[in-house]
Amino acid sequence: MSSAGRGKPLPSERVVAPLDTLYQVETPEGIDLQADLAGPLPRAIAYAIDSGLRALVLGALGIALAFIPGRTGIGVFLLISFLAEWFYPVLFEVYRNGQTPGKKWLRLAVVNDDLTPVRWSTSLVRNLLRTVDFLPMAYIGGLLCTLLNGRFQRLGDLAAGTLVIHRPEPAPAAGLPAVRPCAPPAALSLEDQIAIVDFAQRHAQISGDRQRELANILADVVDARDDAAVERVRGIGAWLLGAR
Amino acid sequence: MKQQDFAARYEAGWSELEQRLERDDAIGADFPQRYRAVCQQLALAKQRRYSTHLVARLNQLALRCHHRLYRDSAGQRNLWLRFFAVDFPRALRANRRLIWLSLALFLVPGIALWIGCYYNPELIYSVMPADQVHHLDAMYQPGIDKFGRDRQTDTDLMMFGFYIKHNIGISFQAFAGGMLFGVGTVFFMVFNGVSIGAVAGHVTALGYLHTFYPFVIGHGAFELTAIVLSGAAGLKLGFALIDPGPYRRVTALRLAGRDAATIIYGVIVMLVIAAFLEAFWSSSAQLPVAVKYAAGAALWLLVLTYCTRAGRGFAERGDGA
Repeated sequence: MSSAGRGKPLPSERVVAPLDTLYQVETPEGIDLQADLAGPLPRAIAYAIDSGLRALVLGALGIALAFIPGRTGIGVFLLISFLAEWFYPVLFEVYRNGQTPGKKWLRLAVVNDDLTPVRWSTSLVRNLLRTVDFLPMAYIGGLLCTLLNGRFQRLGDLAAGTLVIHRPEPAPAAGLPAVRPCAPPAALSLEDQIAIVDFAQRHAQISGDRQRELANILADVVDARDDAAVERVRGIGAWLLGAR
Repeated sequence: MKQQDFAARYEAGWSELEQRLERDDAIGADFPQRYRAVCQQLALAKQRRYSTHLVARLNQLALRCHHRLYRDSAGQRNLWLRFFAVDFPRALRANRRLIWLSLALFLVPGIALWIGCYYNPELIYSVMPADQVHHLDAMYQPGIDKFGRDRQTDTDLMMFGFYIKHNIGISFQAFAGGMLFGVGTVFFMVFNGVSIGAVAGHVTALGYLHTFYPFVIGHGAFELTAIVLSGAAGLKLGFALIDPGPYRRVTALRLAGRDAATIIYGVIVMLVIAAFLEAFWSSSAQLPVAVKYAAGAALWLLVLTYCTRAGRGFAERGDGA
């Protein structure tokens, strides 16, 4: 039965998209780029690292400047602490590909919402509005906004149109385990083929027990159990990838 | 084509591109073509349902290339010069209604408190605590070396640093307050107007005319103007939230934020100049009062002429900033 004229789709017809933090953008080249949005926890840790770094540098500077006679040192210190408070994130975001040292440690980056690099005006607006995100205290306002928004944007991000995404290190190509390729014993649907290929390629990332557990799901299909089943499934994966 | 053959064919190109991206310098003249090739390979990999690992790798590569390619064109000469000669004054004139509103929020309470504190010596104590009023009287007493600072031994450089941190912090807060539907900005403008008006009225009533006004008039041209401008920038954010027009609130906020950032750049520069003047020029008791008044009047004329006349007659920029 169609749901035409009813407005809402019937429960059996509703397509439930899996819950995920992927963000997709269509580029001018006509492809869809996918980015992984960063939630409040990694961002909070990155912020803590940045604050610690700033406190360290300012503390060392303060001690060094205290040795200057008179109060000149205090003037220089106030200047530098002002710059550190308001412009430290802006400079790093504009000149270091959207990564302050804390974000770089956690492999995060700040980008515009079309995944292009941030500019001066966007970075400035984003960071100046930290004052509002800080209300009522300790960034609780910003945290709430992040959780209510679909893209983990705090108020500064909303006003500037920026996102914080994960930017992992380029991973080396996954090598296949050394197995003898064997043809699948039954016709496999496309989803099954992809699942088996993924299993073969992730051989280094999944623990041995888990691999045996997964391979045993196909025990009847491959006529083997535990390690033998793992070997066989990997072999099917290699065959599907094109090894002969 | 099987995935392994596909990967084998293009692997060299991908590694080479990844290595190129690691280097920060020249990316090569064929980079746009290489990027488009990677985009095509990514689309093929997705369509042929190759393994997740391969698609993820190509996606990451395309993301990094996209990030590298669509950088801001930083090669424009004299960008800052053009900003101050044309863009900033134009932005001010385009937002003049907000500036008038901000000025009213600042001046009306200020003048009211000035009159109040002039005729009623008790009123200042409703605005500030008693020890702060005491400090105030000490700061502007005739006969001291340097006006406007708590301790006479504070050096000029230290006060410069203090003024930068204090004043620019205030104007940033006034700007950020606009995010709360403008209420924060209104509060800051009224509060600053009240404080400054009360201080001025009280000091005038005490008779410290020739210490306070020469002090203020010099840097006031830049500082007071900058405070009003940052209030206007905050109000711009606030109005974008209150009345987004044909846009969604988020979009209206983003557009307003971009315009407001232009004003804030200028505000920062004005406040640095003001801090410089306040620390090194205004406070000295050595300079005769007439010189200070003359210089102050000239600076006010300069600032007002800049805001109203600068930037007229230049051709429009081709692209939007």
